[in-house]
Amino acid sequence: MKKKSQKIYFAVIMAFLYLPILYLIAYSFNDGKTSVWKGFTWKWYSALFNDAQIMGSLYNTLIIALLASVIATILGTAAAIGIYNFKGGVRSAIQNVSNIPIINPEIVTGVSLMLLFTFAGTLMGFEMGFWTVLLAHIGFCTPYVILNVTPRIKQMDSSLYEAALDLGCTPVQAFFKVVMHELMPGIFSGFLISFTYSLDDFVITYFTRGSRFQTLPVQIYTMTHQRINPKANALSALLFVVIFAVLIISNAVSSRKDKEAAR
Amino acid sequence: MKSKRPFAVSVRNRFSLETRKRRSESNAGIRSKRPAIPYLGWMLVFTIVPLLMVLYYAFTDDTGVFTLSNFKNISDYSHIFLYSLYVALISTLICLVLAYPLAFSISRCSERKQSIIIMFLMVPMWMNFLLRVYAWVLILQSNGPLDTMLSFFGIHLSLIGNTGAIVVGMVYEFLPFMILPLHAVMSKIDDSLIEAAQDLGCNGFYVFRKVVFPLSIPGIISGVTMVFVPTASTFLVAQYLGGDQLMIGDVIERVFQFNHNDGSAIALVLMVAILGFLVLMNRFGDKEAVGR
Amino acid sequence: MKRILCLLTVILILVLSTAAIARAEKTEPDSDYVDLSDTERVVNVYNWGEYIAPGDDGGMDVIAEFEKATGIKVNYTNFETNEELYNVLVNSNSSYDVIVPSDYMVSRLREEGRLLKIDFNNVPNFKNVDERFRKGEYDPTGEYSVAYTWGFVAMVYNTTMVDGEELSGFRDLWERRGQHDVVMFNNSRDAMAIAMQLCDPPIDPGAKNFSEEDIERATDKLVELKENGSLNRYVMDQVFAEMEGDHSAMAAYYAGDIATMMDNNENLDYILPEEGSNLFVDALCIPDCCKHKKNAEAFINFMCDPEIAAANADYIYYGTPVKAALELMDEEYIENELINPPEEYRDKCYTFTNMDDKSYALMQENFIKACTGKANVGAKSAVLVILGIVVLITIVLIILDIRRAIKNRGRIYKL
Repeated sequence: MKKKSQKIYFAVIMAFLYLPILYLIAYSFNDGKTSVWKGFTWKWYSALFNDAQIMGSLYNTLIIALLASVIATILGTAAAIGIYNFKGGVRSAIQNVSNIPIINPEIVTGVSLMLLFTFAGTLMGFEMGFWTVLLAHIGFCTPYVILNVTPRIKQMDSSLYEAALDLGCTPVQAFFKVVMHELMPGIFSGFLISFTYSLDDFVITYFTRGSRFQTLPVQIYTMTHQRINPKANALSALLFVVIFAVLIISNAVSSRKDKEAAR
Repeated sequence: MKSKRPFAVSVRNRFSLETRKRRSESNAGIRSKRPAIPYLGWMLVFTIVPLLMVLYYAFTDDTGVFTLSNFKNISDYSHIFLYSLYVALISTLICLVLAYPLAFSISRCSERKQSIIIMFLMVPMWMNFLLRVYAWVLILQSNGPLDTMLSFFGIHLSLIGNTGAIVVGMVYEFLPFMILPLHAVMSKIDDSLIEAAQDLGCNGFYVFRKVVFPLSIPGIISGVTMVFVPTASTFLVAQYLGGDQLMIGDVIERVFQFNHNDGSAIALVLMVAILGFLVLMNRFGDKEAVGR
Repeated sequence: MKRILCLLTVILILVLSTAAIARAEKTEPDSDYVDLSDTERVVNVYNWGEYIAPGDDGGMDVIAEFEKATGIKVNYTNFETNEELYNVLVNSNSSYDVIVPSDYMVSRLREEGRLLKIDFNNVPNFKNVDERFRKGEYDPTGEYSVAYTWGFVAMVYNTTMVDGEELSGFRDLWERRGQHDVVMFNNSRDAMAIAMQLCDPPIDPGAKNFSEEDIERATDKLVELKENGSLNRYVMDQVFAEMEGDHSAMAAYYAGDIATMMDNNENLDYILPEEGSNLFVDALCIPDCCKHKKNAEAFINFMCDPEIAAANADYIYYGTPVKAALELMDEEYIENELINPPEEYRDKCYTFTNMDDKSYALMQENFIKACTGKANVGAKSAVLVILGIVVLITIVLIILDIRRAIKNRGRIYKL
């Protein structure tokens, strides 16, 4: 009895989470612009792929996400190692400042960066766009990398590094073969989190993009805040499929790993 | 924090001077503070300076002279501030009530099942947040599916353009952020603890009050923080679903379009309120942890 | 800890002083202007939403046509209101080559020296532009702008929800009490103008300056629209979704767009409000941040080509100042009251002029307050109390933590 009510509750929540998305997707096939069903069509998909602006902003988003997450990963890993060597009060002070972009409301981070960039822009004569968005994204990604790498450093046995040196490694070799190897899971998850946050960020991008540079979330904003736009539905369908595929694959990979580990 | 220093020292003494020298040089790699320098500079420029600029703009007028009048100006938006807190509070509570039993029942499943369920919970979370709000606009709009269905039964309600619609949108956006931390904590509660309590004669409610609830408090706290902060400060959700009702994030964006000083003042107030809230929550969490 | 505090103070001082310096010396406009048109074949156009023929439904894709004819690539972006355009030009350091402000914004930009003179040798098609539109109050010499469209504000309503016979003018928008189905301009200038017409006694929306009291009264009128339950929401381009989707009953909007809406939804009809309304011209201008002036002039020239102007007007349904284009239009366009209002209605209309800075700022500020409603004393004091308590408790906690930290020499606190 109890089991059954649990199952029903679970189904209700899942319906709440999924029905709106499925509704969006269903209407991407609607041959008409309103909520009245007028027949099946693929035309919004072809319109989507032929829309140079949307494709351009998809490209921008991917480039920004890739660059921002790679740079944030390098910057953050180095920072995590360095910060770990500070002591007590200073270290926690640095960590707290580093966490500001995570805990601060996004809109405050966004407007504060906008103030900085407009100020620096008038001073040095550049306009907001690709570079300011990239800087902003690195800024909010790096703390996540640090948060993911730091626990790994704590766990790492520092004598491993020394052992590598004693066995004849150069410091560089020892660093990449031993330390990096130990930190890799943390670095990797930091990278992934950065990448997804950067892909999905709207608020901070909105304030730092100037007025011409478009990323996909900003494009979605311009598409949906004015009127109903079936292209947005088509886009959600594609995003949904991609996300679903990625999660299923990653889940399958990790469960296989678990099984192997169990053996 | 505690290293195995005594052991390390005793081992180290056996090495020759040369090795030791080589090591102390190369130890720079992982024992040095230097790798943090680029990021420290970065934080200075891209975290601290922008916040100081907010501070500067909030306390000056448009000629750069110190003034408090910005705060007097923005007091006209007080009710929006209160409204945002209200919406955030309601949404957080609803999320908590919806998520708690769900997280608990998930945490009692087998590990394999848990990871699959969590994956399914995360898919909607990864969708672009504007598209998720947009979905609700389509569903709730007049002549939309829900409206048609209700009017079929002779019920005529305006489903969009009110606080209810905003709350629905918020709960939809942030429910996973409540479920995940709750689940993370609850999955660590050992079944045997609950069984032990039952064996000792506790009924369901008592098990909950004495075992499950105290152990889940850290999860509640991080869930509440993760939902409350973004709901109070987010912008656009209200613009999409709330009709003419704006929230504090929307006001910041609007005011910033023509007045950086007033805008900074609102942003500053919001930031102080949120940081204060976080410190309180954190403290509360600490107390609970210590109290046990 | 001390060192960090010192560092912070130094930074604070640095930032404040540089900010102050930057404030003091506003950058002068560049005298040695460099035109990149020949090396970069692009033109950055910043226009209103839904304001150029996109080539849907068999019409002409004006931008693609321009790119084909000249080989210049168009970067086309949209703004929603004149004020947004102005803020972007002033604050964002973005560079645009062609912008399309309305009359009053043209004069504002021109008076502030933010527009470049157009070289009419590069715009031979200017000869096609009707004499009436070659210069206006907003640009007395006609050197800075080329009219793109002209139009006026009218009202649209949904015949299934409102009886058209009973409508007379803007005042009926305020009479949808409790229905929450009126949509109103989401920009300070247009919304305030309508409110001013309805104030008692009315305020002339075309005035150059407004007293604080005038703006206050207009704000109260807008607040009334919200508080008596007439208003659904303030919108700009969203008005299409609201009206075409039968979600709202009535709106005041630009007449050309009303004609577009009526094409898409046969339940819609319009009236010309008896109070009269705003008559406007939107003009192609070259802002001083332009980097491709020749390309910009080529674009402006292209838009004055009769065939192009005709194809464009046929889509956007606004009046075109290109006289030769009118001859190419069908009767339906010429006779449409929303595009060519009758003379006696035009006499009732007014045009906007550039306001002084104070009125401009006040109007925008008060418009947000009209959107949100104003806070009462209770709300203000409640916020003060909440903030006060939060700050107080936080400070106490931090002090306690620091004391504990000094005792333990441990970490201070972790968020």
